[in-house]
Amino acid sequence: MHDQHAPLLPSLSPAGTLPMARGGLRCLPRLSMWLALLVGAAGLHAQPAPPTTQRQQELVRMVRQDCGSCHGLHLTGGLGPALTREALADKPIDSIVATIYGGRPGTPMAPWKAMLSEADALWIAQQLFAGFPESVKDRP
Amino acid sequence: MKRRHCLSLLGATSLLLGGCASLAGSPGAPAALPLRGTGDLGVVVARATGTLAIVNTSERAVLAQVTGLGDLSHASVVFSRDGRYAYVFGRDGAITKVDLLTQRIDARVMQAGNSIGGAISADGTMVVAQNYTPGGIKVFDAATLALLADIPAEYESGKRSRVVGLVDLPGRRFAYSLFDANAIWISDLSDPARPVTTKLPHIGKQPYDALVTPNGRHYIAGLFGEDGLAMVDLWEEPPRVRRILGGYGRGQEPLPVYKMPHLRGWAVAGRRAYLPAIGRHEVLVVDTETWQEVGRIPVAGQPVFVMARPDGRQVWVNFAVPDYHRVQVIDTTTQQIVRTLEPGKAVLHMEFTPRGESVWISARDDHRVSVIDTQTFATQATLAIDSPSGIFFTARAARLGF
Repeated sequence: MHDQHAPLLPSLSPAGTLPMARGGLRCLPRLSMWLALLVGAAGLHAQPAPPTTQRQQELVRMVRQDCGSCHGLHLTGGLGPALTREALADKPIDSIVATIYGGRPGTPMAPWKAMLSEADALWIAQQLFAGFPESVKDRP
Repeated sequence: MKRRHCLSLLGATSLLLGGCASLAGSPGAPAALPLRGTGDLGVVVARATGTLAIVNTSERAVLAQVTGLGDLSHASVVFSRDGRYAYVFGRDGAITKVDLLTQRIDARVMQAGNSIGGAISADGTMVVAQNYTPGGIKVFDAATLALLADIPAEYESGKRSRVVGLVDLPGRRFAYSLFDANAIWISDLSDPARPVTTKLPHIGKQPYDALVTPNGRHYIAGLFGEDGLAMVDLWEEPPRVRRILGGYGRGQEPLPVYKMPHLRGWAVAGRRAYLPAIGRHEVLVVDTETWQEVGRIPVAGQPVFVMARPDGRQVWVNFAVPDYHRVQVIDTTTQQIVRTLEPGKAVLHMEFTPRGESVWISARDDHRVSVIDTQTFATQATLAIDSPSGIFFTARAARLGF
């Protein structure tokens, strides 16, 4: 798993410079996250803390429902491409993380960094590559 | 067989409905349903469970849940002209024809790998699906869902575009936009065996959705790839494309668009049209005589649906994540926002009752549909529905472009 994180950094680095009219300031408190990533990349095994269980449930619902607007509830694609495990099989995970976080200019894929941390984006990408979990039944 | 015979009788007159069900009397026959018209009926898509809720807007109640409709993310619905059947276009490429009276699936066909919506001809004989995969439109017999025509959106050899913005036009024609080909096509299906397609290229970058004005004259496609919209005057011969609201972003960096606006369900009020800006938290106001911008109204987020109350006095706006707990109301006499409502978490859609005295609003994450009085803004009722998204009332059957 850790090997997958290391190549993440070079492509994530420019994310902070991507055009982002909203939420740019919110990146500042994430310096600590960057440090954690850097330390992780240096091989000191201090990865960014994965999202909490509650946050993971929020992320699953967000991906299924909000990302699902373009990618489909079942992530089989729509205006956006399919995000199933099979569809992503030959894609580098670092580019998926960078796309989630920083968007993809020239396409409708928006940068989600106003709503996601880097750790969130990484966790989402990892789940996509593993086959994304179903939403937890959230009705009371 | 006996019941099938009964159901075909129903097609002739729904007066037989109650009696027919009891005559059939066989196990599994539908219970006797009350005699009713369809003018105050509608459907709500429960997207997460592949279920369609049949609702009554007079009783403000769910009458039935129809299951087994497949992947209903981004499902949309059109109605037969008698208001009896809902045609549900699913993401997974299925068209399901649901009978609102017997509350059952009447017909169902898998017609594509990935679909985005559909339309029905004014004469009610054809339903048309717009597809992403494989890109194009397909035309079906509205009674049987048998395939009548297949028009691939092939814009270069071997390349097919995703199709968006499909609308019905007078004269058995349909207009649609090609997201990947920057084109608008108009297919004349007077003879479905021999469709005639007029192709308008170079309309602008990445059309993402479109609308037709209530008189059927102007087809307007929103552009994701640039500031402005592409408009076709369909009364011109030959039709040609012109740019409207060009450069509305004024060169400013666009805000992230977390969900594409939807243009279908035009918001034309009086002589003004209200349109969502892309990448700007604004509603653009355009004069439909001159097609010049006459105003812009700052709103609470990226607008998704901008919908006029049927009388045109108000325009209601909902928003993309993360601002989708709000709904704002514009008074079209003053161009001011007169109310900001918070009807629930993740508001996905709004639908006015036929005369607009109420609006139904779906709040996906609260699993709730709220019925709101459009004069007093009081909540008149709430209905519990699992992850509700689109709301569609049968009055759409009588409206061009819905």
